[in-house]
Amino acid sequence: MTPQANHTDIEHDPAWRMRITISFCMLVLLWPMLIITEFKPWQLIDAQSLAATWRFLSGFFPPAHSAEFLLIVLEATWQTIAIATAGLVLALLGAIPMTLIVNEHLSISRIGSRRMHGMARLLRQIVRWKLVLLRSVPELVWALLFVRLVGLGPTAGVFAIALTYSGMLGKVYAEILEANDAHATDSLLRNGSSRLTAFLYGALPNAAPELISYTIYRWECAIRGSVVMGFVGAGGLGQRMDESMKMLSGDEVSTMLIVFVLLVGLADLTSKLFRKALA
Amino acid sequence: MPAAPLLLQQLSVAFPGAAHTAPVAGQTEQQYILENLNLTVAQGEQIAIIGPSGAGKTTLLHTLAAAHQPANGQFQFMNHDVWSLSNRERHALRRHLFLAPQTPPLPARQRVVTAVLAGRLPQWTLAQALRNLIKPADPLSAWQALQRFDLQHKLYARVDKLSGGERQRCGLARLLLSDASLLLVDEPLSALDPTLALQTLNTLQQEAKLRNATLICSLHQVELARQHFSRIIGLRAGKVMFDSDKVNDQMIADLYRNAGSPEQHSLHMTAPDQTDFPDAPRCF
Repeated sequence: MTPQANHTDIEHDPAWRMRITISFCMLVLLWPMLIITEFKPWQLIDAQSLAATWRFLSGFFPPAHSAEFLLIVLEATWQTIAIATAGLVLALLGAIPMTLIVNEHLSISRIGSRRMHGMARLLRQIVRWKLVLLRSVPELVWALLFVRLVGLGPTAGVFAIALTYSGMLGKVYAEILEANDAHATDSLLRNGSSRLTAFLYGALPNAAPELISYTIYRWECAIRGSVVMGFVGAGGLGQRMDESMKMLSGDEVSTMLIVFVLLVGLADLTSKLFRKALA
Repeated sequence: MPAAPLLLQQLSVAFPGAAHTAPVAGQTEQQYILENLNLTVAQGEQIAIIGPSGAGKTTLLHTLAAAHQPANGQFQFMNHDVWSLSNRERHALRRHLFLAPQTPPLPARQRVVTAVLAGRLPQWTLAQALRNLIKPADPLSAWQALQRFDLQHKLYARVDKLSGGERQRCGLARLLLSDASLLLVDEPLSALDPTLALQTLNTLQQEAKLRNATLICSLHQVELARQHFSRIIGLRAGKVMFDSDKVNDQMIADLYRNAGSPEQHSLHMTAPDQTDFPDAPRCF
């Protein structure tokens, strides 16, 4: 065999055919999806829908700004922030232990044999299913349930966010941690550290900025989520917005939308400051 | 406890992912990364492992650190057959050894003081470990450990501000804070200039002697190994070529001769056959 013999083999990338096949399959799958979702964007610009949109939007200006209304909005905003924050803190209490259990980097039985102990694998799988269950039920459904259990008001929103978000946080935390290099954690485990200390000293320092920025993003989502739940009576800005919508007072809706923009901007800023501090 | 010897008997270690190595046509596949190893080490002995790249030096150190389960054979440490213990017992045994990998295992965003004090983690309770994250528990010890590697001025710097050689020494300073009786060090000098290399090696050997710990060190600097270690193990293609306190030039020459020849398929230069990529469809 001479060095020149197999040039064609060298130039043939073994991954090429698979890439082409997968791209083609995705395109083929996309087509029926567009049909089933009745994707007809030109409907947006026919005269009738344009007129309806104009009627709705023209009521938005100027935004409602009477002192009395602003006071109501302020109180509702505060309630929304409280629902989102309390819900997220409860979600964290549930998510963090589950993340630590699911994280495969923290397996001790894996060291050396590359196979996890059967029971350990089963436990991880059970917790993973639990995370799936928690986040597959939309927070709106949880909210409807809790409104019946604890009555109208913010408590239902807090519980709904806590349940759904612990599932989301647990899953994404585990993925962030497993996407990070396990070298530092491995090394600590190999020298006899416990799982939790190996996590704190090996994995956390590098993953912290990403974990924090995801958590803040989830807080932002919780704000929006609490608004949706307000429509079913779980308090906060959502409940006010529901009332204003029903009264067809676009100016009040627009004031509340401005408050949302400010809240999301605030979350963005906080996240940026944290990332900068930890970079 | 009497002398806690280290014992390997008829030990072989399989390739981690056997399917991922593409064997070369017309050559029998090398099944084991380490083959039929026998090794007895007394407490407090200092040993250098030398050999060409890919000989299995790192795998041997990992095997000795209970971080690699052998395919067959026996591995005894502190009078325990390590791989017949339960996971819990084996993990408890790990605190008596310290494996310093070749690439320093330091998170980039950690401070040097924390990274060094992490050597104490196996001895600490969780509460102590948490307290140390809030305020360094024993910065003086960390400073002293760093000083022995000439790195004391970096005590409160972050790891990602260190150069490659500084990181390597920071990883070794962690070793000084552990209380392990078996020190396994993988190429501690690879990123250091000759002066620092000498100082670092001296520190490691002094420390091992001081606490009567066993020191096993893989090295690429053959001359340093011959000058500083009485016992040298020559490893090539997973087999022990020599294990001796009297190493001569001929043995060294044989150990490294034609290390890139077809016998070592990882360095084989001709184009491999198309059919020899068993896992090809999986690489995206």
